[in-house]
Amino acid sequence: MFRIFVGAGLLLSGPALAQLKPGAGMDTVEANCAACHSTDYIRMNAPFLTEQVWKAEVAKMRTAFGSPIDDAVAAEIVQYLTAQYGPKK
Amino acid sequence: MQRRAMLTGLGAVAASGAQAAQKPNWMSAALPDGTREEAMLERLPGKQPLIKLTERPPNFETPIDAFGTAITPNDRFFVRYHLADIPSMDALKNWSLTVGGDAAERQVKYTMADLKKDFAQAEIAAVCQCSGNRRGLFDPHVPGVQWGYGAMGNAVWRGVRLKDVLAKAGVKPGAIEVWFGGADGPVMPATPAFRKSLPVALAQRDDVIIATTMNGQPLPHLNGFPARLIVPGWTGTYWIKHLNSIEISTKPLPNFWTQKAYRVPAGLFPVDLPFTSQLDANTWPITEIVVNAVIAAPLDGSKATRSGFTVRGVAWDRGHGIKTVEVSFDGGKTWQPAALGKDLGKYAFREFSLASGTLPLGPCVVSARAVANNGETQAVTLVKNPAGYHHNVPQTLTVTVA
Repeated sequence: MFRIFVGAGLLLSGPALAQLKPGAGMDTVEANCAACHSTDYIRMNAPFLTEQVWKAEVAKMRTAFGSPIDDAVAAEIVQYLTAQYGPKK
Repeated sequence: MQRRAMLTGLGAVAASGAQAAQKPNWMSAALPDGTREEAMLERLPGKQPLIKLTERPPNFETPIDAFGTAITPNDRFFVRYHLADIPSMDALKNWSLTVGGDAAERQVKYTMADLKKDFAQAEIAAVCQCSGNRRGLFDPHVPGVQWGYGAMGNAVWRGVRLKDVLAKAGVKPGAIEVWFGGADGPVMPATPAFRKSLPVALAQRDDVIIATTMNGQPLPHLNGFPARLIVPGWTGTYWIKHLNSIEISTKPLPNFWTQKAYRVPAGLFPVDLPFTSQLDANTWPITEIVVNAVIAAPLDGSKATRSGFTVRGVAWDRGHGIKTVEVSFDGGKTWQPAALGKDLGKYAFREFSLASGTLPLGPCVVSARAVANNGETQAVTLVKNPAGYHHNVPQTLTVTVA
């Protein structure tokens, strides 16, 4: 069936790409999270999610939403999200 | 089936050139910093600029100034999707609706022409409000789409009664729920499709309809074209867009969206019709909207002169109708009754307005609170719940009188 992803158009254009903060794990987040949703979901939920809550969010993506990432990738993603988008220190 | 994405087309058109993304002129200071930084006014196809919270799937809210009138225009109506695989308008033109299930006498299939030819048309004005409207105002914040005030709208919906469609398939005595699915879906096959259900008694209520028009026009693409379920009084999660599958069932619908998401602590919020087949010991599904009001004008942070200003907004509830709306110009110390606008029906927005009269110089703290016809009032303090649903603490804003 012919389908399109709403919003996919923007993701192809560099300047409008949801910009994640540079840091260890950014490529892993882009490669895995952005397959299903734009990364503005991350920025929108900042900076109030603690490591524990980011961990729960990533776990939900695996258990509820069927993301195929493994433990090591999940840990890297949690580390990046906590460092870049966790509560300000 | 392996779905293929075509990476062109639609897109939140960050408005071709002239209307490039711009910041909303007003957003609540109570929203998370990340949301306030990231949210932009952008145009989706066929829409006026809305506040973009997320791009894919699209979650765009209606700017607050739209709520000065009871009918929300189609091109300002909010957009909310859980999953990013949204069929194109071309694909939806071949739409059909299948009705069956283990508690149906027979399986039937309808085209749009069948729906228009074989059924009486019904119409209702009703508020479609996301369960998580105002989640972004929760203190402390909770994860999720960080909506401000605009994940809602009121429209006149027209289409066929669900109960008439169910009757053609035949409802067996053992039916307890009716299950609904739409044409939109997940990107990955392992992600649960967004499907919801209703108690069979509600599904057979006269005012639950399958809408094919909204405010006299075909449904906008991203508001569920060509057919959407309308469940007056219940939150938007049940208003399945691109509705293409109905199953009359002897069982509760078991999936992530019914059993894990969209649930509130048992008994925390009032309901007239408990969704008995989906209750568990600790949590209930979120169902009926709570009484609420929003001020569309003036905007928070605006200025006025000593001659004052007129407060305009809308109030709504889960179907008892609005009895009164009171407005305060002194931070909640005193309250005065507002004038109510035309009654468009018990599930619709009800306009209210009140002129401040002459004001003292300085900050004027404005608030509005509604009372429903059954006596229910807005929460004085936030009723906390893990998913951030049902925020109905009276809105407060400050106007500087100078």
